[in-house]
Amino acid sequence: MSVRHALLALLAEGPKFGLRLQQEFESRTGEVWPLNVGQVYTTLQRLERDGLVESDVEGGDGPQKDFRITSEGHRELTEWLHTPPDSDIPPRDELVIKVLVALLVPGVEVHQVIQAHRRHLVEMMQRYTHVKAEAAEHDLGLALVVDAELFRLEGVVRWLDAADARLGQADAIPGWAPADVLDSQHRVSGRR
Amino acid sequence: MTAMLELRGVSKVYGSGPTEVNALRDIELSVDRGEMVAIMGPSGSGKSTLLTIAGSLEEATTGEVLVDGSELSGMSPNDRARLRRRSIGYVFQDFNLLAGLTAAENVALPLELDGFDASTARATGLEALRTLGLADRAAHFPDDMSGGERQRVAIARAVVGNRRLLLADEPSGALDSVNGEAVIRLLRDACRTGMAGVVVTHDAQLAAWANRVVFLRDGRMVDHTAPPPDPGSLLSGPGH
Repeated sequence: MSVRHALLALLAEGPKFGLRLQQEFESRTGEVWPLNVGQVYTTLQRLERDGLVESDVEGGDGPQKDFRITSEGHRELTEWLHTPPDSDIPPRDELVIKVLVALLVPGVEVHQVIQAHRRHLVEMMQRYTHVKAEAAEHDLGLALVVDAELFRLEGVVRWLDAADARLGQADAIPGWAPADVLDSQHRVSGRR
Repeated sequence: MTAMLELRGVSKVYGSGPTEVNALRDIELSVDRGEMVAIMGPSGSGKSTLLTIAGSLEEATTGEVLVDGSELSGMSPNDRARLRRRSIGYVFQDFNLLAGLTAAENVALPLELDGFDASTARATGLEALRTLGLADRAAHFPDDMSGGERQRVAIARAVVGNRRLLLADEPSGALDSVNGEAVIRLLRDACRTGMAGVVVTHDAQLAAWANRVVFLRDGRMVDHTAPPPDPGSLLSGPGH
């Protein structure tokens, strides 16, 4: 989560002081990402140093000091909104590594490893769903944040389901050996 | 509290000899009133067989199935048919509405089959449609409705009257995620008002609405989720 760009977005609506920025950040993101006020001021100082925001000189350094976005800040914000997140290279996902390693360890039943993670993920999804179910209908920020997390977790569950099915069929493949999976991540990411 | 649905040592075998298939093996499952249980598992894991046996559409090879305390195999075929008509509501992926009947007629049909006079059946059916936000669609035919609306009509039909057991097989399968969520919210609401629900699905987002998720694999129950902890702790941790 880019606190820097979230603050620019809030300032794009008009000048605001630090404490108000902190409160608005939390309420607009469904209060899922707590942000302390110190973090807000540190980020504002950096934004000001980079010429993306400017402050009200007359207000002094007190908590009521107003910040406003500059035209350079507007440009930076627009560019950030339209730039895809850096996700070209598959992350070294701990869960993927655990499943790959489970294939190699004698005496470990990989389907049981997969099921343990599947259950944990579904339990997390139950908790998020409960939060969504109990949320007020107008709390759009919370619904969007919770949906994003639910879709992400569902994706992981679907990967586990696919892995389970693929491994169920793998014994039928001639010449398949668990050790072959070891360098798979390097091949996908192009890093050796 | 007695369970609304209980499966004790239920197994189901199709065929015999070399073609024998063990669709379900030694299933133990109990669902209380007010509770919604989701059954998850890959294709061929026995999910749909479990549902048809729970709904007395099919008989177990061995084991006992109890609905509201009554053992199904001990009932006459007529009593079982009455139980299906009166106490059990079914929701299927493809809605299974009758195309020649309006929404209201589809919902009233099980009541009429059960001997209610037409006007009582119609009034009760309309009330169920109204609860599901479909009052203005009562006179529409299924072909004139969206997928989400059709599934809501099917839910109205499944909960109409005094039904106590709600069985759903991939109820959001053909719907987009927003309509799918509307459907599962309605099923959950029906369970909250006292029905016992079983939802079979391979969709984790749908299953996550259940109080409990049971995992099937090769006809066996291999795992289930723990009761949910305090949800308040979820969104305030430092990791988020």
